[in-house]
Formats: sequence, C-alpha cells, structure tokens
Amino acid sequence: MKIIKLMREKTLQVFSVLVIMYLMLPLAVIILLSFNKPKGRQNTSWNEFSTDAWTNICRDQTICSAFATSIKIGLLVTLISTIIGTMISFALIRHRYKGRGSTSLMVFLPLATPEVILGASLLALFLNIFIPLGFWTILLAQITFTISFVVVVVNARLSGMDSRLEQAAMDLYATPLQTFRYVTFPIALPGIMAAALLSFSLSFDDYIVTVFNSGRVVTFPIYIWSAAQRGIPPQVNVLASLMFLGSLLLVLIASLIIKRRKAIQV
Amino acid sequence: MASNRPKVEDLHLVNLTKSFGDFKAVDNLTLTIPAGSFFALLGPSGCGKTTTLRMVAGLEEPTSGQIKLGQDDITNLPPYKRWVNTVFQSYALFPHLTIYENVAFGLRRQKAKDIDNQVKAMLELVELTTQAQKKPQQLSGGQQQRVAVARALINEPDVLLLDEPLGALDLKLRRQMQLELKRIQTEVGITFVHVTHDQEEAMTMADTIAVMNEGKIEQMGSPIQIYEHPKTAFVANFLGQTNLFEGTVAGIEGDELVVKVKDVTLYVPLSSTEIRSGRIVFGVRPEKVKIVDQGKTGLPKNQISGSIKLTAFVGVSTQYEVITNWGQEISAFEQNIDPSDLGRPGQAVSLGWEPRHSFVLDPDQDLTAGLDTSWDE
Amino acid sequence: MSIAQESIIKKPIKKRFKRTPYLLVLPGIGWLFLFFLFPLSTLLATSLQKPAGLSPDDGYLPAFKVSNYTDALAEYYPQFFRAFLYSGIASVVCLLLAYPIAYYMAFRARKYRNLMLVLIVAPFFASFLLRTNAWKTILSGDGLVVSVLNSLNLLPQERILNTSLAVIAGLVYNFLPFMILPLYTSLEKIDPRLIEAAGDLYSPPSQRFWKVVWPLSLPGVISGTLLTFIPASGDYINAELLGSIKDKMIGNVIQSQFIDLRDYPTASALSFTFMAVILVMIYLYIRKAGTDDLV
Repeated sequence: MKIIKLMREKTLQVFSVLVIMYLMLPLAVIILLSFNKPKGRQNTSWNEFSTDAWTNICRDQTICSAFATSIKIGLLVTLISTIIGTMISFALIRHRYKGRGSTSLMVFLPLATPEVILGASLLALFLNIFIPLGFWTILLAQITFTISFVVVVVNARLSGMDSRLEQAAMDLYATPLQTFRYVTFPIALPGIMAAALLSFSLSFDDYIVTVFNSGRVVTFPIYIWSAAQRGIPPQVNVLASLMFLGSLLLVLIASLIIKRRKAIQV
Repeated sequence: MASNRPKVEDLHLVNLTKSFGDFKAVDNLTLTIPAGSFFALLGPSGCGKTTTLRMVAGLEEPTSGQIKLGQDDITNLPPYKRWVNTVFQSYALFPHLTIYENVAFGLRRQKAKDIDNQVKAMLELVELTTQAQKKPQQLSGGQQQRVAVARALINEPDVLLLDEPLGALDLKLRRQMQLELKRIQTEVGITFVHVTHDQEEAMTMADTIAVMNEGKIEQMGSPIQIYEHPKTAFVANFLGQTNLFEGTVAGIEGDELVVKVKDVTLYVPLSSTEIRSGRIVFGVRPEKVKIVDQGKTGLPKNQISGSIKLTAFVGVSTQYEVITNWGQEISAFEQNIDPSDLGRPGQAVSLGWEPRHSFVLDPDQDLTAGLDTSWDE
Repeated sequence: MSIAQESIIKKPIKKRFKRTPYLLVLPGIGWLFLFFLFPLSTLLATSLQKPAGLSPDDGYLPAFKVSNYTDALAEYYPQFFRAFLYSGIASVVCLLLAYPIAYYMAFRARKYRNLMLVLIVAPFFASFLLRTNAWKTILSGDGLVVSVLNSLNLLPQERILNTSLAVIAGLVYNFLPFMILPLYTSLEKIDPRLIEAAGDLYSPPSQRFWKVVWPLSLPGVISGTLLTFIPASGDYINAELLGSIKDKMIGNVIQSQFIDLRDYPTASALSFTFMAVILVMIYLYIRKAGTDDLV
C-alpha cells in the first residue's frame, strides 16, 4: 500500500518536471539558436557556435527599430491601461453603484472576444472613419484589450484587502483622497504593479490585434512574422533572449524584495 | 496632551433609524450619552448596537434621525470631519505602516504640530515604546489592541467609540484591559461609548448601560439599576440569570401582595408594582435565593420546596438547579464559604428569598426573551 | 473645506448621491464603448454591406445583404468546425496535462511552488511567435523528435510539421499556462484538512479526489477551459506556422478575408457568426457549471 502511494507521488513529481521541461523547451531552442551562425537565411538548425549575433545586434536596423517601437508602444499602453483599469477596479470593488453589473460585463466581454475579431473590428472602425493606420492605431487597439486584464489583476488584489482599513483611515481624519493616497494605494500597489507588468507583456508580444491595425508600422512581433518565411536572423533570438532574461530578473528581484520584507516582519 | 478645543459635550441620538430594505437594524433610537461618561451599549449580536456605533462614527448613513454633539448637528458630516474616533473590533491597523506611523496617522492628517512628542507620550501610556518601529503583524493580539486604542486616543476626540475591542483577547488579558480602559477613561475624561455583548464586561466598566434588542433600547441605567430592577424580561434574562414566576394576585397583606403561584403562596412588595389583581409576573435573581436541606429552618419569607436536579461548583460559588413539584426549574447560587451538605441529585431541598428582592415584569410579553443569547460568543 | 466637501455636507441624508464610482469608471467604460462596442457595431454594419463594384478596390456600400452570412457560412463551415475541434482537443489535452502539475504545486510542492510558478509563466516573456516558430525547429523532419518517432513507426505521415497534430500540439503548448494558473489558484484555496476529513470518514483516494478535490476545483477548471478554448478557437498563428493548407482554422479565413482579399463584408459576417457561437457556448457552459463574478 505504501509502495503504491510512493509510486503515485513519484509519478506526480516526475510528470510535473516533465511538463516544465516541455514548457521550457522552445525557450532553450531560442536561446541556443541565438548563438548559432546559420548556414543560409534560415536559422532553424544548428550550424556552428558564434557570438556574432550578440555583438552585432543592430546590424540590421529594421530589427532594432521594430524592437524599439514595441518598447515605446508597450510603455505607453502600460501607462494608460493601468491607470484606466485600476480606476475601474476601484469602482467595482470599493463602491456599490447601480451600473456595477454592466460594468463588470463590459469589462469581461473583450476577454471573451477572440483577437481576430478585436483586431478586425477596430480595423473596420478606423477604415470607416478614415483614421490612418499606424503607431497611434496600434496604441488604441492594444489599450482596448489590456484594460480588461488590468481590471482582473487589480480586482484580485483589492478584493482581498480589508475595507475596514479605509474606514479606519477616514475615522482618523483622512479625506477620501488622503485615504486613497496613504492607505488604499500603497496596499494595492503590488497588484497594480503586477497588472502593469502583465499589460506590458501583452502589449509587447501582441501580434494579431496589432497586425490588423498597424498599417506600415513594424513592431517586433510583426517583424518576426514577416521574417518567419524568409528566415529569422539570430539577432531576433538575441533580443528575445534579452527580454526573457530581463523579465526573469525583474521577477526574481521582486520576489527577493518581498521575501526580505516578510523576513523583517517575522 | 494639551487641547485647546472647547470642553466635551453630551452626545445626542434623536430618532435615529437605520433600515436595510425592510429590516430595521436601528429603530427610532433616542438617547443622550452624558459628556465624560463611560457608556456601554449592551446587547446580543444583531441587536443594532454596532450599527448605531458606526452611525455615530460616520461610517454608516442613518436612514433618518439626527446625531448631535452638544449643539452641533453632525448627522451629515463625513467621518473625517467628526471629532469622534473608533477602536475597531478587528483593530484595523494599517499593515504597511509601523506602529509609530499608525499612531501618528490621525495627527498627520490634521497637520498637527509636535507630532513626535505626542506619539512618544502615547506609546508610553500604552507601554509600547519598544515596539514603535515594528509592523502590526509582528505584534501579539493584546499589543495590537493597545495600538488601536492609542491610535484613536491620541487625537483627543470628544467621543471614543469602542466596537467590542476586547473580543479577541483571552480571559485574563481581557480583564486586565477592562481595568486599563476604565482607568484611561477616568484620567482623560473623554466620553467612551463601548459596544459589547458581554454583560459582565459592560457592568464592570460602564457608568451607564443601555441594553439593546432588535434595534430598540430595552432599558437604560446604571449597572446596579438595570441589574436589580430590570423592566423587561429581555433585560432580566440577558443580564445575569433570573427565576421568573407567573401567578395570580390573591389579596393584600400589609404592604405586600399575596400571589398564588400554582399551589404555593408568595409575596411581592406593593411598592414594586401597580398591579392589584389578576395575572402577575415577577422574578428573583438566583444569588438572592437561599437553599437548605428540606426540613431545616431559617429561610426567608418566600419559600418553595423541590429537589436538586444539577449542581455546579464554579469556584467562587456553587450553582444549584432545583425542580419544583410542578416541574419549574429554579436556580440558586450560594457563595462558597464552607463546604455544604447539599448537592446530591434528587436531594429534597427548600428555597427561600426575601420579597423585597423580587422585581415585577409586564405579564404580556415574551418571557423567554433574551434567554438563548446568554451564550458567550 | 473645499466646495466639493461643502456640497456633500449640504445634501439631505436621504440620498447622498455618490459620484465617485461613476467618475472612476467613466474613462474606462468610455474607452471600451468607443473602441470596443462601437467598432463591433461597425463590424455588424460592414457585414451587411454589398460590393460597390467588381473588385475590392471599388469599396463597399451600406446595405442589408444578409446573404453575406449564409454565403460565408456555406463556404467556410469546415474551418469553423475545424477551429472548434482543434481547440476543443487542445483544451482537453491542456486540462489533462495541467491538472496533475497544478495539483502537485498546490498540495505537495511547498518549497518549489514559487519557483515552478515562475518557470511556468517565464515563457510568456519570450515572444510567442518565436516560441511557436521554435517548434518548427524541434519538430522538423531532420530533427531528433521526428527521427525517433519515425523509427518507432508512430507517424503515419512520417512527419509532424504541416499536420493537424502539429497545430494541436502548438495550441496546447501556447495555452497550457492559461490552464495551469487558474487551476492552481483554485486548488491552492482548498483546505487540505477537507481531504483529510474525507479520509477520516473512510473515503479511498480515488473517491477523495472525485468527491472533494474535483468539485472544489471546478471554478478553476471552468476559468481554465474558457481561457484556453476561446482564444485557441480564434487562433491562426499555430495553423499558419505549423499546419498545412488543410489545417486552416476560421481565424485564418477571417484574417485572409480582411487583409489579403479585403472582402470586408464576408470577413465581418464570419467574425460575428464566430463571436455569436462563442458567446452561446460560454453562456451554456457557465449556466451548466455555475459561476461567481465574471471578472
């Protein structure tokens, strides 16, 4: 009986490790191929080791400008949708008002809408009112779908927060604005940061909604897609690896800060 | 803690009502809490006491009615504009601020001068000076409770509201804090309004108690008044324990009413009621009832015989449950001075009490009101 | 006292109108109205338009051509069907893969769970196009995986790329984290003492799972499957990169109608039909399985 239980535990363990390895596999390939010197244009099989791509990242300017464009858009999208989404989240969680159900529904709908349709409908809009496609339409499109994600994440954080803390603040002479500034916001901040991070990744990595509304502008994913047929230069792998490692670092630093804070408390 | 605000005023609640849909949590409450008193709002959970408190704090909007501090109508003022502070049941300490900053919070919002000295003095008052830089999560329940009190008190409010602040503490600590709070209140002279379901706590600390039930005040008075002279069955049953008797008036003897309860004759002072005929309900508290082995003499005037059903030794006293020959259970408490020869279940005993210890209640009411709420939460 | 505060004070008790939530919600809802609801209605209008001339360059005229819908459906129902089939299979596979690992993280791996969470979310930080493309490398004809499987005679077509298997595998890969995370969140909330109690009451392990763990994890299962199925059915990247012409999904059709063929009415009609089907599915699914707040 014990042996069966042990076997069950072990299989569970092994299975989980395998799944994680499965998830990591393409990442490994990407990073590996960034050190590859491809035989032709296609960087799909290993040829020989080279750090060429790493030392000459921007040899092809279009790659780096696409990357830069994505970063610019990402930062703007993050800023705007985090602010808008957080505001909605506060209204939903902290206030009881008549339109609450419909707000919730309205925020949920974009999450249930496939990206093709999100992208297509915005394209239809822009075409019909003659807005030229480009940087700004990408921005508008991406903000539209990231807002819902921000609301979901901040909601999770806020709903776990004791509303009596805000009552205590008001009892102690804090006006609603002061209550927000000194109590609600600091406590909700981790959730807001997580939402911002999520927004950025969603924006940076977005292909479908973006490509419908990009006109001539090339974002990083758009570049990758168009290069996919001809052959993706290893520099792209370099940039992707950098993004990956950079975000991983951020997450690690964040969790270390949290751990340190917890350690002080105990 | 110098204050240049005018002296503390009485707190008036006038026709205060709070409804949630059809449910009236607070029903037309009118009450004056004298300035500088220690006032307790006592009642079972759901009676509306916490709702009343929150309305005074400004955290709940009344459906109708007024709240006045002295002459000032504060009914419409938001909480941050009232000179009222609250000690919350769950303390509601700010987890992201240190103890120091928690206590300083109110002063900072008021842009007070000389915050540092005041905070230090207050921390000394509640003996938490060494914990100043810690976060609330690092403190024990009792310490957190003291921070909550300090945080509220430092603002020198006209009224300090306490919402069952001692509920989460263990017995010894609770007793300690009860005395602490009483001492602080006497020293500082602020009006304390203490909400609790624990009648012992209310009687220990308060100068005046208002017993609340279903949104209304059943009775208000000093602890002795409402304990010895309850006006309703609810108060009689909720506060301590009571033996209640239903009977018919048989006549008058001197300055006492003669009452027939089943086949026993009992006496009730004329001065305690206006009833002169018909049905009458009266009660007596168990500690006033003397219990002796049947056949022994020396009992007070009102006497009943029965047999012991249960005995409970409670250290300070022994509590007896006696069954009369008509099946009614009567409680008697005896102070434990010497070991007693009473206590065998089934033992035949006699009970007796002085007529002047009885109190009369309105016969047309639910005599079981307040009974099953005597459980400690 | 500011003017705003004074006006609050002067209002009668009866109805103190709170403007705050409406002000907070205004920018977001306004935005969504303008850039989500309104475009969708534009799309609806477009779906009923008729061509102005013979070529797409001539543009389209407002009309009420309902036949756009019937024509589009008649022509493209296979892709519709395929989309739901592939994403259905992918969702089930995801659930089967995700549940054990979520269970392990929630109940067994005290020490490693945070690390595992990071590793599961990490792939998101690398471009998903690149990741999907990487599968092309991994699953290529001369790669290790295919060679091994071929030598075992497991591949009917002697390749994985450009088959429906590759597309489904890609969908599974891309959406697996979306299944793991909600499942983990749900499972993590379950009090392990409940399972102990079931054991204390003579329940064998399999029953303990089905009668205690599974029902309590249902909210996570529901969010997970919804979060997987919906985007997967509209996906076209996996089909494009990893599948053959025979594997095109409805997403591919809509995309090519919009971008390549510029047949906006057909594309819009397809989009709306697709969305309607999805919404009906969600509604039925949630009705059957129950749900809390939507967000």
